[in-house]
Amino acid sequence: MSQPAGALPGWANKALLPALNIISAFLVTGIVFLMIGESPIEAAKIMLYGAFGYQEGFGYTLYYTTNFIFTGLAVAVAFHAGLFNIGGEGQAYIGGLGAGLACLALDAYLPAWILIPLAVIASALFGAAWAFLPGYLQARRGSHVVITTIMFNFLASSLMVYLLSHVLKDPGQMSSSSREFAEVAWLPFIHNMLAGMGISFDESPLNVSFFLALVCCVLVWLLIWRTRWGYELRTVGSNSTAAVYAGIKPAKVIIWVMCLSGALAGLVGVNEILGVQHRLLLDFSAGYGFVGIAVALMGRNHPVGIVLASLLFGALYQGGAELAFDMPNITRDMVVMIQGLIILFCGALEFMYRPLLVRLLSSKAA
Amino acid sequence: MDFYVIAVLTLDATVRVSAPLILAALAGLFSERSGVVDISLEGKMLAGAFTAACVAYLANSAWMGLAAAIVVSWSLAMLHGFACITHRGNQVVSGVAINILVAGLSIVLGLVWFHQGGQTPNLPNTARFTEIVLPGAEAVKNVPVLGELYYELISGHNILVYIAFAAVPVVWWIVYRSRFGLRLRAVGENPKAVDTAGISVAWLRYRALMLNGVLCGMAGAYISTAQNAQFVRDMTAGQGYMALAALIFGKWRPVPVMFACLLFGFLDAVAVRLQGVEVPGIGVVPVQLIESLPYILTVVLLAGFIGKAIAPKAIGEPYTKER
Repeated sequence: MSQPAGALPGWANKALLPALNIISAFLVTGIVFLMIGESPIEAAKIMLYGAFGYQEGFGYTLYYTTNFIFTGLAVAVAFHAGLFNIGGEGQAYIGGLGAGLACLALDAYLPAWILIPLAVIASALFGAAWAFLPGYLQARRGSHVVITTIMFNFLASSLMVYLLSHVLKDPGQMSSSSREFAEVAWLPFIHNMLAGMGISFDESPLNVSFFLALVCCVLVWLLIWRTRWGYELRTVGSNSTAAVYAGIKPAKVIIWVMCLSGALAGLVGVNEILGVQHRLLLDFSAGYGFVGIAVALMGRNHPVGIVLASLLFGALYQGGAELAFDMPNITRDMVVMIQGLIILFCGALEFMYRPLLVRLLSSKAA
Repeated sequence: MDFYVIAVLTLDATVRVSAPLILAALAGLFSERSGVVDISLEGKMLAGAFTAACVAYLANSAWMGLAAAIVVSWSLAMLHGFACITHRGNQVVSGVAINILVAGLSIVLGLVWFHQGGQTPNLPNTARFTEIVLPGAEAVKNVPVLGELYYELISGHNILVYIAFAAVPVVWWIVYRSRFGLRLRAVGENPKAVDTAGISVAWLRYRALMLNGVLCGMAGAYISTAQNAQFVRDMTAGQGYMALAALIFGKWRPVPVMFACLLFGFLDAVAVRLQGVEVPGIGVVPVQLIESLPYILTVVLLAGFIGKAIAPKAIGEPYTKER
């Protein structure tokens, strides 16, 4: 197919095209539901109720949303600089290690108001460090960041298995996990905070890192669109040759962008380790890094879009868990499949409907 | 056991573990030599493994399973082509989509069809590719040194292992000696030149992906119907990515790629053997470290510290025909 002549109006490009892509993804999902003999409409009802219909479910939805905002922002920031960071999974994992090590080492000595910020910084730093090497290797030695981040995901996984089964393992535990942190290292749960204000809200894993995620959204928006460095980053992303002529050093930008991306992914550790698990354990990153790819693509790499897409995925995760209760044929894996479809339609087949739209809209104009 | 026997058995395990890597890496070779990045090797293998196990169980025939695996993997390769070649989508994004899609869909369908938590039922030996004892193997079994070598290492593998190793010279011949191979290499380096010569870039790349799909399907079928006897969740366990690493390690050339696969397979076999074993002078080596060596080696290679991995020039870039 040849490149369609003529451009689309802004609204079609920004709203109609993505909408068509998302609808396509959900249509295929619906077909799969029909194939396995379940009603897609019934399933959608159960999922919506599970995700938004009652307080605990809604809390869970926002708890998942928090993780997806972090990893979605991580992918988006790198994307703006033309880098595809699929290492969010490993970076989130190692970020959690950073938070965990800080707590394990210091929870006996420090009060919460010093320990928690330290642990948050540690998770960001560890995530950044894990992304620094792929970034450095891409910028200075020309190895492709996609391949190196894939390798680093596996390395992170091996490293954590080793650490949790040999070094950090709690001798009193059967499973491979560290000891539980002292309570000073726990992030406040939202339901406890609300209770303190006299509002009753059912228990859920939702904790203050949700607000940290929202703050990160604002900061990322400011950074990318309102700072000089953000301008450099976007210039490198759209044309690194032109960037060189504008006096920008792409290598430097690439390294810092990857660090920032890794730091954002690393913050998943804050939500998971400090907020919910209160101990280091295997596989807590549970695919959140990969969902970040779908979130960023769906949210068109903009913080507002990312919050909305994260909310959708949060709802899918929580609603999917609910669905698994009601429909014995369905597990959380259905959400993984939907995620794949969204990445396919919103990412790889992004412009599939473009020629069609161009034809329709231009014939109307003529 | 004496050292020689251990060595032969380790090499034997190496061959078994390397076979699917070789098939998948050769699949990636076709795709990437044509200029299409393929990180969906993992997904296609997983889809192949799932399909092979399902069909082999239902039809009670390993060959039917293999054929179905090839069809499904081929279809996914065509989906990749539709996104990357026809619609010029981002090749990495498309690959990631396929990997994630298959990881979810295989469990969803497995659960509905077999009600065993996403696994398929155990396959009877009649529905598997089983060991083939080569002529004379039993007879020479007790001959010291050479007999053991022949019996353990050369004989006693399933048909797919032999196909995997036979595929290496075939792929070499296709890539370096056939007209298609010449064009394949050209389209990965300079698609515009190929286009100017009046050859369709898109059709060439589609054909490369067809071969890719067939080989990935075989790799997947190997995992569920030859190496194991059922499909379980995520059973490819990163082997698709390891094949990708081997492809880079072998610098996109069939024979070096085979040796890279053998090296990675060897590390895997050694890791199993060294589990909890005290190595003189070193102590217990963490198995995780040995298992990560392929990934570490690939990163080091890509960084240019051991030789240089030069990818096909046009890799990752969709081709736009000028008008």
